[in-house]
Amino acid sequence: MPPARGIRRQLPTSPWLFMAPGILVVAAFILFPFVSTVWKSFTDARMLVPGGFVGVANYRAMLDDPAFWTSLRNSALYVVMVVPCTVVLPLLLALLVRRQIPGIAFFRAAFYTPVVASVVVVGLIWVWMLDDRGLINGVLQALGAGKVDFLGDSWLLLFSAMAVTVWKGLGYYMVIYLAALANVPRDLVEAAEVDGAGPVRRFLSVTVPAVRSTMVLVAALSSVAAFKVFTEVYVMAGPNGGPAGEDTTLVMLVQQVGTGLSGRVGYSSAISVVLFVITLGLMLLVLRADRKEDM
Amino acid sequence: MTTAVTPATATDPPEPEAHGRPRRRITERDGRRIPPWQLALRYALLLIVLAVCVGPFLWQLSTSLKGSHENIYSYPPKLLPSSPTLHNYAGVADIIPVWDYALNSLKVAAASVLTNCAGASLAGYALSRLRFRGRAVAVLVFLVAMLVPAESIVISQFLTMRQLHLNNTLTAVVLPGSIGAMNVLLMRNAFSHLPYEVEEAALVDGATVWQRFWRIALPSVKGTLAVVAIFSFMGAWDDFLWPLIVLSDPHEYTLTVGLNYLHGTFSSDQRLVAAGTIIAVAPLIVMFACLQRYFFRGVGEGAVKG
Repeated sequence: MPPARGIRRQLPTSPWLFMAPGILVVAAFILFPFVSTVWKSFTDARMLVPGGFVGVANYRAMLDDPAFWTSLRNSALYVVMVVPCTVVLPLLLALLVRRQIPGIAFFRAAFYTPVVASVVVVGLIWVWMLDDRGLINGVLQALGAGKVDFLGDSWLLLFSAMAVTVWKGLGYYMVIYLAALANVPRDLVEAAEVDGAGPVRRFLSVTVPAVRSTMVLVAALSSVAAFKVFTEVYVMAGPNGGPAGEDTTLVMLVQQVGTGLSGRVGYSSAISVVLFVITLGLMLLVLRADRKEDM
Repeated sequence: MTTAVTPATATDPPEPEAHGRPRRRITERDGRRIPPWQLALRYALLLIVLAVCVGPFLWQLSTSLKGSHENIYSYPPKLLPSSPTLHNYAGVADIIPVWDYALNSLKVAAASVLTNCAGASLAGYALSRLRFRGRAVAVLVFLVAMLVPAESIVISQFLTMRQLHLNNTLTAVVLPGSIGAMNVLLMRNAFSHLPYEVEEAALVDGATVWQRFWRIALPSVKGTLAVVAIFSFMGAWDDFLWPLIVLSDPHEYTLTVGLNYLHGTFSSDQRLVAAGTIIAVAPLIVMFACLQRYFFRGVGEGAVKG
């Protein structure tokens, strides 16, 4: 805890003057909208109509809404597919750039570049890469394989978006792992080497246990992020979520349902509450992982 | 483009002790040599990953430099433009006011940096150093705010902005993220790690709260302040969902929304889209090249906060 004792002779108002801007912004633009979202989820409010209380009607409607189930499936699938990749690949990458060999600072920086770019830019870059006549299909053709219509088929499109998400996150999680790897005791690795353990064995029985808590942290961070996916899919599949809306994610549904002059604010709020509850569940995982870190 | 990211001066937060080590022999930290074949394998892998991570950006850059007479769909693909031209950078401005959008993004990002640095350091200082009733509640407010995903409240935020008659303005784009709860907690953390004695001495000498904050505490947390500034800039510059929802007038678009619009226009030319994306990404890559250390540091601090 901060050592606040001893400060007494200040004007009673000054701490709140310091706090005021922060509290005001957070209260007005985060907490109030949050409370309002929860309240509106129980009303039939529309964009131009305040609406009245309808109980759990919105939540009931959700259960019968195929669009809701499709988007929930897509967001959940996103977590299931993306998270294992973001836990394992950046760790391997961190091991690769861990040693101080000449030029390694350049490689580390270069691997981080996709993190700096906005998701819109990254999405557009990959739309072009994966285009019917783009670079990837050119390479595939050169290798004798046929063309793949990455952006035409709803499943391929979703998987392509997932790959882009993983690609964009590689450098970010690599940096987290690098910090963790710096703390792996050197003698453990050496002992394993003396015992004649090969690189795979050393990885599985020394490195992985040593960075286990970081892996949990990365898993939790990336699952929260993956569940809230919006921009990649929006840019790559279009505002309507690809062919027949099959690629809509939960956040995309919130945006589709809740915006526009006829936006169904009440229903959109109910979907937002579901989104919040599921994300909170994933976040609790973060806090638990964090606590393990401290031990 | 990536050659801009070369500085070998990049510091390396996880292993700072590796600095100043003589570089004659390629050894591990404990002085053992790495066998040459292993080193070769390592560099081969590094180059492959490099191609995967940076290649798409270079391909985009190359596309943006190809003239309108050059076939960008040629097979096999041509990696380099035959006669590089900046024509597309002018051309993209004929379709969308890309420089206005860039200016809008710059305004939003700059405002976000200012408000976050000022607001978060003030609140962080009070939370860490000043004693007042309700401090625990204030900490809780920021913690709770951090847990609320922005994606789940965008519609209500939009309604709030409409009530304030701010929708469709850049002010509305800035406001919700103008003082991030996480930044407040980061600054509080930074202030709490400072030794208290100096401020206590200043207090004894009669320094006011403002003097202690401005003259003593703030200069000592410049590193964290830089992290807050950089991540505020990047967050605002790269944000898409919120500006997409709150801006309806194409004149007020930020770059990300404008680019998506360009991509959606009927006869979108890949060369122009490529030029637009390069305009959007170049400033951040330059910034990253210059301030790498803080980017890496921010990842660590952000991750621990969760």
